Amino acid sequence: MARANARRVVTLEIQRFNPEIDSAPHQQSFQVEADPSDRVLDLLNRIKWFQDGTLAFRRSCGQGICGSDAMCINGRNRLACKVLVKNLGEHISVRPLPGFRVIKDLVVDLRPFFQHYIEVMPYLINDERPPATERLQSPEERARYDDTTKCILCAACTGACPPFWANGRFIGPAALVNAHRFIFDSRDRGRAERLAILNQRFGAWGCRDVGNCTEACPRGIQIQDAIDQCKRAILAELT
Amino acid sequence: MIGTQVHRFDVVIVGGGGAGLMAALQTSGQANVAVLSKLYPSRSHTGAAQGGIGAALGNLEEDHWEWHMFDTVKGSDYLADQDAVEIMCRDAIDTVYELEHNGLPFNRTPDGKIDQRRFGGHTRNFGEAPVRRACYAADRTGHMILQTLYQQCIKRQVTFFNEFHVLDLIIADGRAAGVVAWNIQSGGLHIFHAKAVIIATGGFGRIFKVTSNALAGTGDGVALALRRGIPLEDMEFYQFHPTGMYRLGVLITEGARGEGGFLLNGKGERFMERYAPTLKDLAPRDIISRCMHTEIREGRGINGEDYLYLDLRHLGREVIETKLPDITEFVRVYFGLDPVTDLIPVQPTAHYAMGGIPTDLDGRVVLDEQNTPLPGLYAAGECACVSVHGANRLGTNSLVDIIVFGRRAGRDALRYIQTADLPPLPRDAADEARAEIEHFLSGEGSEPVAVVREDLRTTMMDLASIVRTEQGLTECLSRIHQLRERYRRTRPMDRGQVFNTDLLETIEVGYMIDLSEALVVSALARTESRGAHYREDFPERNDQEWLKHTLAYRRNGKFELRYKPVRITRFEPKARVY
Repeated sequence: MARANARRVVTLEIQRFNPEIDSAPHQQSFQVEADPSDRVLDLLNRIKWFQDGTLAFRRSCGQGICGSDAMCINGRNRLACKVLVKNLGEHISVRPLPGFRVIKDLVVDLRPFFQHYIEVMPYLINDERPPATERLQSPEERARYDDTTKCILCAACTGACPPFWANGRFIGPAALVNAHRFIFDSRDRGRAERLAILNQRFGAWGCRDVGNCTEACPRGIQIQDAIDQCKRAILAELT
Repeated sequence: MIGTQVHRFDVVIVGGGGAGLMAALQTSGQANVAVLSKLYPSRSHTGAAQGGIGAALGNLEEDHWEWHMFDTVKGSDYLADQDAVEIMCRDAIDTVYELEHNGLPFNRTPDGKIDQRRFGGHTRNFGEAPVRRACYAADRTGHMILQTLYQQCIKRQVTFFNEFHVLDLIIADGRAAGVVAWNIQSGGLHIFHAKAVIIATGGFGRIFKVTSNALAGTGDGVALALRRGIPLEDMEFYQFHPTGMYRLGVLITEGARGEGGFLLNGKGERFMERYAPTLKDLAPRDIISRCMHTEIREGRGINGEDYLYLDLRHLGREVIETKLPDITEFVRVYFGLDPVTDLIPVQPTAHYAMGGIPTDLDGRVVLDEQNTPLPGLYAAGECACVSVHGANRLGTNSLVDIIVFGRRAGRDALRYIQTADLPPLPRDAADEARAEIEHFLSGEGSEPVAVVREDLRTTMMDLASIVRTEQGLTECLSRIHQLRERYRRTRPMDRGQVFNTDLLETIEVGYMIDLSEALVVSALARTESRGAHYREDFPERNDQEWLKHTLAYRRNGKFELRYKPVRITRFEPKARVY
């Protein structure tokens, strides 16, 4: 696989904030060499390892499955390990996910995010005695909620959501995705309970159908559609 | 001045992946338990597992746990302890059902049962032909398992300490007494004083340059055990997965071959037909990786280079997009290729540690050939060696391992704490950890630690990976010693307290160096080839002298090797052909 292009130099403008030193965030520019196959994560690592070790960001799997490195790259929330540098041009801006308190540089406080996730009871509820083997579920029933099983809790969606920015009490798209995953799982018996939780001002009704969430999702989940299904389910339950 | 806080628990679990969470679920509500992770648990590497979890449910065709056991023992090149394998294969069945009851979204057969597919090394009737044993959820089975276990932990209100990085094990009066950890978010040392400790920190693939492992995969718990006088078992057995994406390390699941995909060399030949006439591309991973290595070395790589092709085109769009959606996306995103129409560049990739912290069948860490337990200390998952995988692991068996033995370790820890008292906390419990932190936070560094780390990884890849020789391993050991000297002279640039990952990545390199040394010392001593350990100078398996497990101890900086017998129950060792 011969390299079509040679290494080139790109400029990363990164939002920095060190709570031990800074009173406010500020921008810092770095020049860094990029291979054609590099992702933004590769550039961040190169900067951290060879230019400025104080640059802080979360990362782990490097392959878009763990959800650690969600951040705002050129104005869009994405996973740094999935964004190819060659698709971005020579000036790349990197900021932490909007809507969350910054701990340091690109690391944000995700406790509110996980708190909202916990609020929707994101676990199977079924107190019926299970069979000795598996509970049956048809392929059609399985397909019903397949999309929302893909969520990796990266927070790109919630961090892209204007209603969430406006009021952090809104549980946000990710929590709704995970509620959907159980509401539409034929094995779950917590439907009424969960729909009651969603049927609140800052539950599903906090969603204003902006649609940024779907655009931001690195897993391609049709989030807005899933939320709309939840809203319809609430209404059906009420009538 | 670095502050120290002390917390008290009955059980502390280090690691929030499949094994750690399974152990947590066994103990929650019945004991005061804390789970520590240097990440958030949902970021753990269990989530990257793709292909499936092996269990002889027999949903599509006849299957028996005895067949699974045979495949596992043979796949291990007869080094696995058969009583452990029996437990794993028996328990696998109920454990998979339990996962389903807890909500795991398995793919389903037309009649609503858990769907199963073929996988490398899994056969019916003791090697007759491939069997559909891998229970799967699209190609993200690991993600589903991790999510489901995490969800259950939330349901049971398990206490998590997220972004706490373990720095030391506390052993007092020959018993486990807790761990020392660093609070990543705000800095500072934390002592977790406990009756029992369960280590579930995963593998250490980062010691090799080309690896499927996450950046976090630095073997922290395994290195700490070694430093605290616990031997490491079978470190020389490290698996290279055949189909990592070229230069990226991202894996293309073996499930792709389970669906019918196969490998091609630079001549367009399906070369595995030559090496393994019956199983071909579904032969076990160590065999395929070695064959690929041979093809590449003999000049039959693509364009003579160091990679080969995986061909999925004949599977058709439908199968590829419904059964292999995640890997399809990897290939499209990272290579700009489409598995439906294009050949995929792949190379053998460092993937899995068969060796690690020795334990008995209940996850208790053991100290010698007699399996003497260290009271209160447990290990489960990839960081442990029971041994169920012996010299080579079959695909889908890691997910079974973590679930079965994570559960067993949790159960035994629960039993243990009923009667054990809290050991006294030594006054100097955090001293070594503090000294290490202070060493790296002061003074001038000689070179970036990243340079030392990359030199280590290249050295290990070149000299201690798929094909080994005495000369190469000796050279490797010498370089490791030099790297250790260089390492002690490095310093992180970041000297702060808050989210100082520069400091922690530096600490991790220390773990990586220790584990590399243990691996190479063990490999140098084993003058035979078995499973994933291949010595060009000793290419045959030698049961007469080597049907035994390696135990590598480090005392005062020097390694000492001892050996313990393999437990054979049902299957006498035979030649391993497929």
